[in-house]
Amino acid sequence: MILNPAKRELLAAELLEAEGLSPEGRSLTKDAMRRLCRNKAAVVSMVVLTLLILAAFLGPYFIPHNYEDPDWAAFRSPPSWEDGHYFGTDPNGRDLLARVLYGTRVSLAVAFVATLVSVVIGVLYGAISGYFGGRLDSIMMRFVDIMYALPYILFVILLMVIFGRNVYLLFAAIGALEWLTMARIVRGQTLSLKHREFVEAARASGQKPLKIITKHIIPNLVGPVVIFAALTVPEIIATESFLSYLGFGVQEPLTSLGTLISEGTNAMENMPWLLIFPATFLVALLLSLLFIGDGLRDAFDPKDR
Amino acid sequence: MPNQQTSSAPTLLKVENLTTQFEIQAKSFFKKPTMLTAVNDVSFELKEGRTLGIVGESGCGKSTLGRSILQLIRAQKGRVVWQGKNLLDLTEEQIRAARRDMQIIFQDPIASLDPRMTVGDIIAEPLTVFEPKLSRAQRLERVRDIMAAVGLVPEMINRYPHEFSGGQAQRIGIARAVITRPKLIVCDEPVSALDVSIQGQVITLLRNLRKEFGLTLIFISHDLSVVRLISDDVLVLYLGKVVEAGDCATVFDHPAHPYTQALFSAAPIPDPKLARQRSRIRLQGDPPSPMNPPPGCVFSPRCWKATDICRTKMPPTELVREGQSAACYHMDRPPEA
Amino acid sequence: MTTNTEKEVLLQLKDYSITFKTPEGDVKAVSNMNLTVRRGERIAIVGESGSGKSQTFLGIMGLLAKNGQTSGQALLEGRDVLALKPRELDKVRGKDMAMVFQDPMTALNPSLKISRQLTEQLEIHRGFTAKAASVEALDMLKRVGIPDPERRFNLYPHELSGGMRQRIVIAMALLTKPKLLIADEPTTALDVTIQAQILDLFNDLTAEMNTALLMITHDLGVVAGLADRVAVMYAGRIVEEAPVDELFENPAHPYTAALHAAIPRPDQDVDDLVVIPGRPPNLQHLPKGCNFSPRCPKVQDGCIDRPPQLETLAPQHCAACFHPFPRREELLTHA
Repeated sequence: MILNPAKRELLAAELLEAEGLSPEGRSLTKDAMRRLCRNKAAVVSMVVLTLLILAAFLGPYFIPHNYEDPDWAAFRSPPSWEDGHYFGTDPNGRDLLARVLYGTRVSLAVAFVATLVSVVIGVLYGAISGYFGGRLDSIMMRFVDIMYALPYILFVILLMVIFGRNVYLLFAAIGALEWLTMARIVRGQTLSLKHREFVEAARASGQKPLKIITKHIIPNLVGPVVIFAALTVPEIIATESFLSYLGFGVQEPLTSLGTLISEGTNAMENMPWLLIFPATFLVALLLSLLFIGDGLRDAFDPKDR
Repeated sequence: MPNQQTSSAPTLLKVENLTTQFEIQAKSFFKKPTMLTAVNDVSFELKEGRTLGIVGESGCGKSTLGRSILQLIRAQKGRVVWQGKNLLDLTEEQIRAARRDMQIIFQDPIASLDPRMTVGDIIAEPLTVFEPKLSRAQRLERVRDIMAAVGLVPEMINRYPHEFSGGQAQRIGIARAVITRPKLIVCDEPVSALDVSIQGQVITLLRNLRKEFGLTLIFISHDLSVVRLISDDVLVLYLGKVVEAGDCATVFDHPAHPYTQALFSAAPIPDPKLARQRSRIRLQGDPPSPMNPPPGCVFSPRCWKATDICRTKMPPTELVREGQSAACYHMDRPPEA
Repeated sequence: MTTNTEKEVLLQLKDYSITFKTPEGDVKAVSNMNLTVRRGERIAIVGESGSGKSQTFLGIMGLLAKNGQTSGQALLEGRDVLALKPRELDKVRGKDMAMVFQDPMTALNPSLKISRQLTEQLEIHRGFTAKAASVEALDMLKRVGIPDPERRFNLYPHELSGGMRQRIVIAMALLTKPKLLIADEPTTALDVTIQAQILDLFNDLTAEMNTALLMITHDLGVVAGLADRVAVMYAGRIVEEAPVDELFENPAHPYTAALHAAIPRPDQDVDDLVVIPGRPPNLQHLPKGCNFSPRCPKVQDGCIDRPPQLETLAPQHCAACFHPFPRREELLTHA
């Protein structure tokens, strides 16, 4: 009996099913996330980071002391279990644990806000410059080059001096400088993307240039942007810590990890706990972010497809 | 089999003396940048419903010509008369509006699809540009209809390009190209990257769609067999110039220009007895680079018939017989009656 | 003219298989293949994606990816090359067996002049001195038809065109006077006129040097112009094998017949192209029974029970099919 065409189609359909094709598409991002979860260092780091974030934002509600009230009974006391000062106290009698948690909160806030600012400005700037090219690109990139040439720290210090020590200004200053590198990276990626065939296809479909940038170019930048952002966050935290260490960071009684480390270094010989705890937190934060950034870079590697 | 259209069909596209050049950066600071002429003084007329095949080897400028016709690459000289207007005179915005009726299918099917968009969104994009008033539901329905028309399972509408094979990806590209019911589609080597058994499927699809939607096609390929299969008329390009043009059957059976003869002679024929019998024209040398065009006739360095005049001045295009023209001082003319 | 059985056997594949270990399971790229190549013969291996045509010979040359495993035997002049240690295989590969690929840059080092790359072959495999190697290499360049060879001898690969590079790779392969030359789609990326030149080159040189030629291709036109015998592969198996005239005149396996009818020709108008439905096989999800059954126009109930074996239909003509086409039957063309 010769199989009729219907039966043969059934055979073919069965084969298709056997290949396990589900109705929901497997996007590239989902693929990348799956790869990321297979990276042990990245997974551990994500757990650590989550714990740190939870501790920084929720922790202060669960510990006995707060970050600014001095405990008249315990000045300069080392870590102890009984009086609730698990990390000890500082020369002003303030609980170190609370201060470390608050400091972490400030450091994280600065880093994430600054990164967000730099991503938004950098991506738009770089994509527009790269896509339109020509004279617009030259002008925009020369501006970036000039900004790069400015001495960064002096610039920040100048801002601080003019506007006072304000946390929000700190966000703005750091964000205003990080977007430059993001813009350069995005421009480079855009230059190579705009020659890809699917962008040409979008032009052939009559799509307007700004729409092409938002619909086609920017979504395809996700990989490099996310990776760069993830690796920028630790850099920003380190910068903020450095500025605070120099005395240009947050104002009393608010504190940041950098400020705490600064104070801790001064009292290193007598009260080592003042340095050890904030430093450990900072290192843990930076390392976990770095591993996550590394993991993201491997996960988004298109060669693995 | 050529499409037996009468010559009374209206002219859809008229290309006159089209020239596209690129500026190549000078190697040193002191030299002037050189001009690379990719498309050199090309003229032809395309009537509605006909399919024009464009053949040539690498460096002949066929891809650039295809894109220049659509003004995806802007040409410098000449005219592309479309719907009464010369495309070279239009602004970018006016050209964008014209794209509703002129579309393109690319050689690398998967590269022409945005890897981050679902297939449904990719196919729907021209609709969002040219029919923005459609509701989401209406758009979805149009996309599903066109997917069925090109042989794609509509359930795959939420998949991503990398999940498809080459043949299916090309169907997606075709769906995107026809969804606005354009009048003209430029097909740039649409089957070259596909397996042999899939090439036939895609060509058959194009032929069916051509009939169903009344399309006019420009089919660019280096594969002579495929061009013969789908085209009514053919243009043979060499180094940016049209060396022979005409009715497909006539040109293929009686090539007049030496290059065309050499090209056809080199094309492998799937018949061992014929292959042994045929006399082969063995061309020497490589296809020239458009950076260093020879003076005179573009084919003269490799032509076995070349004489002094060939090396000095480019031959004019002359009529060889009804439905065939070529540019050669020594072309094979039909015997005098 | 000597018949095939009189020529000496050069390469014999016996029950040869290649399996790749992937996270999703084992993939059998080549299944139980048997093939005999005689000295001076020209064999074409025809197939599309997933047919295993390239992997078969990469396996013999020891060039498989790390997760690939060969089994069975590949006897080159009686010696099983699959059982050789890497060091011993190095001596055989390049000297007795040479391979040419689609992209000449896989064999050419972009940072070395071609003179060095050519002479290296001779110095290593045939023990020439540098001076003698230069002379021989230059001679070979002339034979492969490179114009102005003295000048080109000292160029780098990127200074030459694609066609030239392919000629140089062929020169490199033939310098060691191999007994077997394997060419994997060597002209697919080249222009038509250059392709013709390169195919002529293969033809002339292998005849001159009595080198057996194994041409892997998907192009039936190339096969018709070059081969003595043809083996058609599908999903890792040989589905048909015959002398070239016989294969074109009396294709027995439905896949061969379909391929034939599915390709357009430059010299004839084809009214209706036969379309092979479905897509090339996915080696991870092969059907039960005959691999071609989902796409076969002649499929019947028995075809999906067990895979067909190669059966002899005519002298030197065999096919793996339960319902092969009878000889000289016209294939009804219907799109």
